[in-house]
Amino acid sequence: MSLFVRDLCFAYKNTPVLDHIGFSAESGELLAILGPNGVGKTTLFRCILGEQKRYTGAVRIDGTDARTLSAREIAHRVAYIPQTHGMTFRFTVRDTVLMGTSHTLSPFASPGKAQEKIAQEALTRLGIAGLSDRSFDTLSGGEQQLVYVARALAQQARILLMDEPTSSLDYGNQLRVLSAVKGLARDGYTVLLSTHNPQHALWYADRVLALHDGRVAAFGETKAVLSSALLKTLYGTHTELYETPGGPVILPVPDETEEGEKQ
Amino acid sequence: MTADRGRNRRTAALLISGGVLLALFLVSLTLGRYPVPLWDVVRILWHRFWALFGLSTPVVWTDAMEIAVISVRLPRVVMACLVGCSLSAAGATFQGVFRNPMASPDILGASSGAAFGAALAILLGCSARFVTIFAFLGAILTVALVFLISARAPGLRVVNLILAGIMVGSLFSAGTSYLKLVADPANQLPAITYWLLGSLSGTRLASILPAAIPMALGLVPLLLLRWRLNLLSLGDSEARALGVNTDLLRAVLILCATLVTAASISVSGVIGWVGLVIPHLSRKLVGSDNRALLPCSMLTGAAFLLLVDDVSRNLLATEIPIGILTAVIGAPFFIYLLLRKEKTL
Repeated sequence: MSLFVRDLCFAYKNTPVLDHIGFSAESGELLAILGPNGVGKTTLFRCILGEQKRYTGAVRIDGTDARTLSAREIAHRVAYIPQTHGMTFRFTVRDTVLMGTSHTLSPFASPGKAQEKIAQEALTRLGIAGLSDRSFDTLSGGEQQLVYVARALAQQARILLMDEPTSSLDYGNQLRVLSAVKGLARDGYTVLLSTHNPQHALWYADRVLALHDGRVAAFGETKAVLSSALLKTLYGTHTELYETPGGPVILPVPDETEEGEKQ
Repeated sequence: MTADRGRNRRTAALLISGGVLLALFLVSLTLGRYPVPLWDVVRILWHRFWALFGLSTPVVWTDAMEIAVISVRLPRVVMACLVGCSLSAAGATFQGVFRNPMASPDILGASSGAAFGAALAILLGCSARFVTIFAFLGAILTVALVFLISARAPGLRVVNLILAGIMVGSLFSAGTSYLKLVADPANQLPAITYWLLGSLSGTRLASILPAAIPMALGLVPLLLLRWRLNLLSLGDSEARALGVNTDLLRAVLILCATLVTAASISVSGVIGWVGLVIPHLSRKLVGSDNRALLPCSMLTGAAFLLLVDDVSRNLLATEIPIGILTAVIGAPFFIYLLLRKEKTL
């Protein structure tokens, strides 16, 4: 399923947040969205999900204008995977994943055998079927994140939006979640993933969308686009990319050279 | 399989609470100043049941027994079950809608509005039936007002609702206080005070149906939507991304829960605690999934209020207002629940 965004502009109380954003993502692709805090990554997701409709420009999901789709119709096509957060009530993992199937049910119906099976398959696919009877709040952050991914799979949407999935995870869990998501992209899902770690983009993303000041600073193949100049623009810090046998690695450059130049 | 274990446990909890309710129902009919043995209670009910279809079974009890069971105790016992069931269902619903385990049926000011309506009717010298109608309308109008105010305010809908509920509720409480001040202290003031403490002593056979209809109108949609209530407790933005029309769902749930609450308060007066404590207790029994939580709350709520009402009418020669008893029994019980070591589901 393809996602196509053209000329997307959004202003919050006359302050432009998104300024002529354009990009596309195809199935089988993992697109990383980079940009400093407050650049509008979350707003972009809200526009794609139809939660925010006061934008100009177009969001097309498989050729259909997203603005014409209801919340339910969008849920058929696009799944949102939030950051892990506390839950007010204690649901089991199975019940949490089952919630992904709600858009396929009529308003008065509860999930039955067919939905249980879909949920079970989603959990098995991510290798966390053993957790299904655990209470969600007793899981580690990485496990919780994978449960949200499983819920998105149970939703049976083909486009996955992940809002900084690794921000509160330890190193091992970051890599586990990212490689699981990479596997889904290989299986034909369209994955959009916002991240604060450009190294993650280098490791996992096929393409990169870099946002700066509400505009697209760069968009294209990861290796072609990600450069130390781009990182300087985005984050205002000096870095250097080194080729290693395992791929490019970003290393910080100490500020001494700058100070040396000034003297 | 572990999946079955969780489900079996929920089924067992529901069956046990249903059994306890049934036992309590029969025992409650034996309690009172005129002694009727349990076996006779069962036979009288059995006789009355078949009489509905025009069949008769032999009568081996006195008329006084039948009057005590059918005309005096049965309406009140049924009403206690209905009110307990309704308040608990409304409490569980509001807790889910507001994602807050401390929410109770009067979070949107329903009981303040009902109290004002009832006090006004008593002050105007209306009959008991009109006191009920005024209380019902007071509760509905208050929540409607709260809903309208919160819809017009900018910002987060859920927070607006709660704040508007507090404001409008305190406004009506002030109104009730003023009505108490100007009420005739010889007869009106005690009547208002007694109503505010809550009691089921006024229940007649004829008052069951008018209360049961709005309760059923609210409870049926709540039961049908109980799984969707889980989705709402994830928070608006996440629920919407799952395809839920959150504003509509919340409005329907609040409307139904309010209908049920108003119907209860209008016949029983203000009864606190039940709507808060019972969903908590049920959550300990069957977990947070409203598919099990709502039915479990309804059964245990009915049993709890029936028990409290039994104490209220039998412990002392004069009735103890039920609102006092729910607090006296409910508060220590709640403390026990808080202190008890948590067992994970």
